[in-house]
Amino acid sequence: MQIELRNICKNFGSTSANSDISIIFKAAAIHGIVGENGAGKSTLVKIISGYTAKSGGDILIDQTPVDLENPSQALQLGIGMLFQDPMDFPQLSVFDNYILGLHRAFLLRRDFFRKQLTAWCKKLGFTFYPDDRLATLSIAERHQLELIRLLSLGVQVLILDEPTTGTSTVQKDILFFALQQLAESGKTIILVSHKLKDVESLCTHVSVLRKGRLVCNMQRPFSQKQLLEHMFEESPSTPRFSYSPSGSTILEFKQVWGSKGRNRLINCSMCACQGDIIGLAGIQNSGQELFLRIAAGLAKADSGQIRLYDRRLHHFSYPYLKRQGVAFVPSARLEEGLISGLTIAEHTALVQSPTRFIPSQPEIYSKTQGRLATFDIRGFPDTSVEMLSGGNQQRLLFSFIPLNSIVLLLENPTRGLDPASAAYIWNHLLNAYQTNACIIFSSWDLDELLTYSNRLLVFFDGHIIKDVPTSQIDMVQLSRAMAGIT
Amino acid sequence: MNLTGLESIFSSLVAGATPILIAAIGETLTEKAGVINLSLDGTILLGAMISFVTTYHTGSLGLGFFAGALVGAGLAAIIAGLSLFFGASQVAVGFVLTLLARDLAYFFGSTYARISAPQIPPLPIPYLSNLPVVGPIFFNHNILVYWGLILIPLATWFLYYTNAGLILRAAGENPKTCFSRGINARFQQLIYSIIGGSLVGFSGAAFALCFKPGWGQPQGAEGTGWIVLALVIFGGWHPVRACLGAYLFAFLQIASLHLQNQFESVPAQVFQVAPFPLMIFSLLLVRLLEGDSHRNLSMSQTRSSGFWQKIFSYLTGPAPSALGKPFSTEADH
Repeated sequence: MQIELRNICKNFGSTSANSDISIIFKAAAIHGIVGENGAGKSTLVKIISGYTAKSGGDILIDQTPVDLENPSQALQLGIGMLFQDPMDFPQLSVFDNYILGLHRAFLLRRDFFRKQLTAWCKKLGFTFYPDDRLATLSIAERHQLELIRLLSLGVQVLILDEPTTGTSTVQKDILFFALQQLAESGKTIILVSHKLKDVESLCTHVSVLRKGRLVCNMQRPFSQKQLLEHMFEESPSTPRFSYSPSGSTILEFKQVWGSKGRNRLINCSMCACQGDIIGLAGIQNSGQELFLRIAAGLAKADSGQIRLYDRRLHHFSYPYLKRQGVAFVPSARLEEGLISGLTIAEHTALVQSPTRFIPSQPEIYSKTQGRLATFDIRGFPDTSVEMLSGGNQQRLLFSFIPLNSIVLLLENPTRGLDPASAAYIWNHLLNAYQTNACIIFSSWDLDELLTYSNRLLVFFDGHIIKDVPTSQIDMVQLSRAMAGIT
Repeated sequence: MNLTGLESIFSSLVAGATPILIAAIGETLTEKAGVINLSLDGTILLGAMISFVTTYHTGSLGLGFFAGALVGAGLAAIIAGLSLFFGASQVAVGFVLTLLARDLAYFFGSTYARISAPQIPPLPIPYLSNLPVVGPIFFNHNILVYWGLILIPLATWFLYYTNAGLILRAAGENPKTCFSRGINARFQQLIYSIIGGSLVGFSGAAFALCFKPGWGQPQGAEGTGWIVLALVIFGGWHPVRACLGAYLFAFLQIASLHLQNQFESVPAQVFQVAPFPLMIFSLLLVRLLEGDSHRNLSMSQTRSSGFWQKIFSYLTGPAPSALGKPFSTEADH
């Protein structure tokens, strides 16, 4: 099935998210859409999948103009979309999630659909236990289930929005293998991604968007450099610093054990010095999440010693550690980091030391204005944080880290950001904190880990199975270590 | 205590729990679809009053029950409608409605106090009621009790084995995703609020026409609605578990009645009120003993938890994710 976009426009109020975009998505091809944050990628695919109404232009399916009013109508026409945050029901079982909306019979035909699910899994190389609660699955597995579900609905056009965010290399390979198979069988695949490497390795065609406009359509072969040039007026430079972590030891873990939910930490020892930038690698739930939370005082260690400078921490709660200069930035921005519903100014008022019962409004506003300018946050003091784009939310979150912090614990600091925003965040972190503090960050992005850290800790199944200077490890070794091969 | 004594206690337990479990199943359906109907107590009273008055004037029990269910459906429709279509708070509207319905019931019902109307006749099931032990406990009641007993597996089957039940649960979990799968979550929530509400109103009618016959102030059913709300929550939004709670509460009521006869020096009010705090206490106990096992159980089957923890983890469950949070497509942007 071929989809043709002709002069698609979309306006939100006075701002234009898409203007005059024309692309042809061919059958049996994998078509990439790239662009920085706010380039209009998500809006465009939402229009194709019926979630958002277009303001102008035409959509043609096999040369026939169609009107896509809602997602279920798009589904009937054979267009299905996989969201970055999977649209599913975490509390229900895998099987219930699969079967929901598949048929209209009164009784659930469990046996029939169970067989169907197993058949799909076998074909695409996925593994599921139908009775597991969906919440116990990783994001990648939830994507896989959603993919199967769309396919059994007879979808001919598959749209994937950042499907590899937050997934391991192994899971990415499984997904890409499945996508290639589907393309070969004649399906049209549209992949929205920031990760140029993914696009380069998978896509046959690519369209680059910048500020809501189509910059170019390209066909294989294309290089990352070429794509970067089109995405940005100038390609962002990746800073490389020489590290000299010679300062005193700040944070030390000695034989720490812990467990929380499905995460565990087994006999974990490490130390971080002033000036250290330590990258935590590992597939999801290998222990790095728990490590950061224990270090931040948000989870309790079962046994072992944790020292901050030379003080042994007995009663460490997050507020106490925060006063000592420990800062934690979680990966879930809106859920754990910011308070959705409050404005930027209100956030500023919250982080100020609460000396006054009624905060002075002009003071808060001027401080907020300063913050917005310094951190290049595109918003106003009265903007609610959930209205900001991902990159702006992240910059806001980072602007709240006190400058005198000595330990920065960052979980996926650049999750879902485009290269320019990510580079901005890192520039800021290195300039502001590197001399006095140690930065410990976890990341899904191996490039990021290798680029910015001076030491890498690789987690596998709760153990730290590798603790090496970054200069002594390369991409292949790192991904092998993440898979448990040392 | 001899066998017949025990039989009669169990028999009255099965009977006494009936209106409570009908209301509990109704509220479970409503909340499972994502709407909180807080007006239960008022709904039961108003349903009881209207059904009593209807039956008194028409002489028809069927019309009485119909009127009671209609009252429940109407009140639920107000809460669901205001919340789903006008964005009003379900909690606020529910609270106001429960007080309003209660006052309306007592105000308009005052002239009907302490008079008699037809009651549901007993209907022993032939042959089965003559069985030893089981017969008198389960098969020597009226049609309402049988209906209540059937309702428990019926509701469970509906929720977990039919497509409609799956869609109901989905609407309570994630209305936004329902939208993407072509399900109108708002419509689902409205429908099941009304169905659940009508069951609650029906249970009010069951009180007035059978279990606490007649009308007066205070009506014997007053306060039951709040207990039902607690049952649904502590029962983890599962019909069977909620009904276990209903039996527990009925047991406490019967026990206090028996104890009242034994200790005549203690004021009667103590025994009338005692089931309520005892109920809350025992539910809390279950919750505490259960600990946080149900949160971990599904995640780590490998971790061996204690026998009691496992038992208790089956007694509770997580709340529907979208409970009390109506979905609006406009809020997306």
